[in-house]
Amino acid sequence: MSKILIRGAKVLGGEPQDVLIDGEVIEAVGTGLSADGAEVVEATGKVLLPGLVDLHTHLREPGREDSETVLTGTRAAASGGYTAVFAMANTFPVADTAGVVEQVYRLGREHGYCDVQPIGAVTVGLEGKKLAELGAMHESAAGVTVFSDDGKCVDDAVIMRRALEYVKAFGGVVAQHAQEPRLTEGAQMNEGGVSAELGLGGWPAVAEESVIARDVLLAEHVGSRVHICHLSTAGSVEIVRWAKSRGIDVTAEVTPHHLLLTDELVRSYNPVYKVNPPLRTERDVLALREALADGTIDIVATDHAPHPHEDKDCEWAAAAMGMVGLETALSVVQETMVDTGLLTWAGVADRMSVKPARIGQATGHGRPVSAGEPANLTLVDTEYRGLVDPAGFASRSRNTPYEGRELPGRVTHTWLRGKATLADGKLT
Amino acid sequence: MQRHLISAADLTRDDAVLILDTAEEMARVADRPIKKLPTLRGRTVVNLFFEDSTRTRISFEAAEKRLSADVINFTAKGSSVSKGESLKDTAQTLEAMGVDAVVIRHGASGAPYRLATSGWIDAAVINAGDGTHQHPTQALLDAFTMRRRLVGRDAGIGQDLAGKRITIVGDVLHSRVARSNVDLLHTLGAEVTLVAPPTLVPVGVERWPCEVSYDLDAVLPKSDAVMMLRVQRERMNAAFFPTEREYSRRYGLDGDRMAKMPEHAIVMHPGPMVRGMEITAEVADSERCTVVEQVANGVSIRMAVLYLLLGGNEPAVSHARTTEEK
Repeated sequence: MSKILIRGAKVLGGEPQDVLIDGEVIEAVGTGLSADGAEVVEATGKVLLPGLVDLHTHLREPGREDSETVLTGTRAAASGGYTAVFAMANTFPVADTAGVVEQVYRLGREHGYCDVQPIGAVTVGLEGKKLAELGAMHESAAGVTVFSDDGKCVDDAVIMRRALEYVKAFGGVVAQHAQEPRLTEGAQMNEGGVSAELGLGGWPAVAEESVIARDVLLAEHVGSRVHICHLSTAGSVEIVRWAKSRGIDVTAEVTPHHLLLTDELVRSYNPVYKVNPPLRTERDVLALREALADGTIDIVATDHAPHPHEDKDCEWAAAAMGMVGLETALSVVQETMVDTGLLTWAGVADRMSVKPARIGQATGHGRPVSAGEPANLTLVDTEYRGLVDPAGFASRSRNTPYEGRELPGRVTHTWLRGKATLADGKLT
Repeated sequence: MQRHLISAADLTRDDAVLILDTAEEMARVADRPIKKLPTLRGRTVVNLFFEDSTRTRISFEAAEKRLSADVINFTAKGSSVSKGESLKDTAQTLEAMGVDAVVIRHGASGAPYRLATSGWIDAAVINAGDGTHQHPTQALLDAFTMRRRLVGRDAGIGQDLAGKRITIVGDVLHSRVARSNVDLLHTLGAEVTLVAPPTLVPVGVERWPCEVSYDLDAVLPKSDAVMMLRVQRERMNAAFFPTEREYSRRYGLDGDRMAKMPEHAIVMHPGPMVRGMEITAEVADSERCTVVEQVANGVSIRMAVLYLLLGGNEPAVSHARTTEEK
């Protein structure tokens, strides 16, 4: 059966409508559409969004298949309502050649749960010294347009300048992990009142903000666009706001966890809260929400960072940084942005699908829910409330900071080009 | 009293005074010909030391042995830890051998807290110093020393340190001793002032219950006790201060400076001292300096903590004996 009728869904949170899928595309959107010959999905009361797009995912393959693979990561993505993810380059080997990015790209296509668009490393081995073959990665079958040394900062100003300039030739973008390395030596958590008390090395806000300030000025100087990964401080928001007001071509992302959690949680010394950039203060959280609402921050990106159990079941200093996020992102955004009245569902579609697809040039994703468009769709039961249970995750890893926390919303269906990857909450 | 001793901040005023009072009783044991109590007979305590610290380990070991506990010493060097075994596995291995309490020293802040709260083991956990976080028994022995000297050995029983002015000088940023002392001294009613170059005071210190000064000379005349912290020479390589000599001139305690302190005021140091850096030999060897006393008091305090955490509600043997002796 190639036809699917989604009946009575609130498209982008609006009035109930029927959406008819035929093959890989949306055939019609309207009321009272005929179910003739179509599989019917009752969607009354649910919200239909364009398939979510994550510009910042760590799939770990190749190299760390003990924490995630392209298969398990894309299943987690489908579970969370995603139809496209951008896979970060910090694998082993690093995705700094056409060969590695093509492998990751191909694995994504073969598994078919979610489109995987590899991100290429900016520098060879993420070492920040020598540009990787950015052009070759762009021209490969993977068609890389986003480049990042994420996990590490491109801290050499000249290398950053050259990268920003070089990718202009093919419309690429550099996504910066803003972290001044000297200011964050031995850093374990946000530097402030809590770190002073806990005796954990501080990761000062200025280490992020100073790099963002430098990079927006570099982007302006060379006429390039720059994307800022995981903004985490109120000061970073101010700098990006200023840069945009100046006409600088900058985009920025925020993670779900930085919209919800604060460094007070570190008092537990539970490494499940250890992440880079670190959890900040309540003031930062509120500034990030406001910035996402007013468009200063363009998108939500998960920074889904799977780690094996043993890397979190230890003392804080020995633990790995990062949290899984694909399967809880939409719930956290509903909790922090929609249920607080800061963002409508149309706004969520914009921040989690339309804009990330545009920044990453993921054609076919982030499109309007209308006739003739690719059927990349996500259906959400927004009335649901439940406790997060990592045992039910599709991801290979369980390092979520939300275990046992009540969150709203649940993705019930995900369609990738008309094929259900998630149906009634179950992966297909 | 709680089941574990992780942070000085977890102690109430009454908890702390009880520990100090119990330590006074324990101290009397040290004056006897046979310095031993049967209180912890049949109980096993492991000293789990992931960081080198001979003096703290020996102090705990002496306390444990005076209470008749069976003692196991475990140091990380040369053990399976150096081969990559995790803290969790190490702790579980030791507990499987029937350990009632774990005294842990670890380089990572929060490691004792994790050990006590992660469900890895059931034994009582005593923090013997974790990273730059806490060293609660050090703070207790310091408070004990202050109470004896500033209030009186007998007059001090049942008392706290209300109104006493305590100055802590040196590398506050990297010091678990400073953090523990600020917490405990505040709980006991003392007024604490931290003195250090601004580079060695943590961002966020404004939330601590104490004052901060950059001027040692201004603070000394208003101090009942001055605690000097060790300053590692390597710090100057990370630009915390320009040179050793400049540090000593501005923040070191020498005879001239000691003369500015009130007559009754004492000089303390958690050891090991870096003579010539934060403290001159003249001060370190003076009558006002309590360094050696602090070491002796450390054993009494650790006996009290072990007794209160492990002895439960059993009659205090030491108490019965000391009452008889009176």
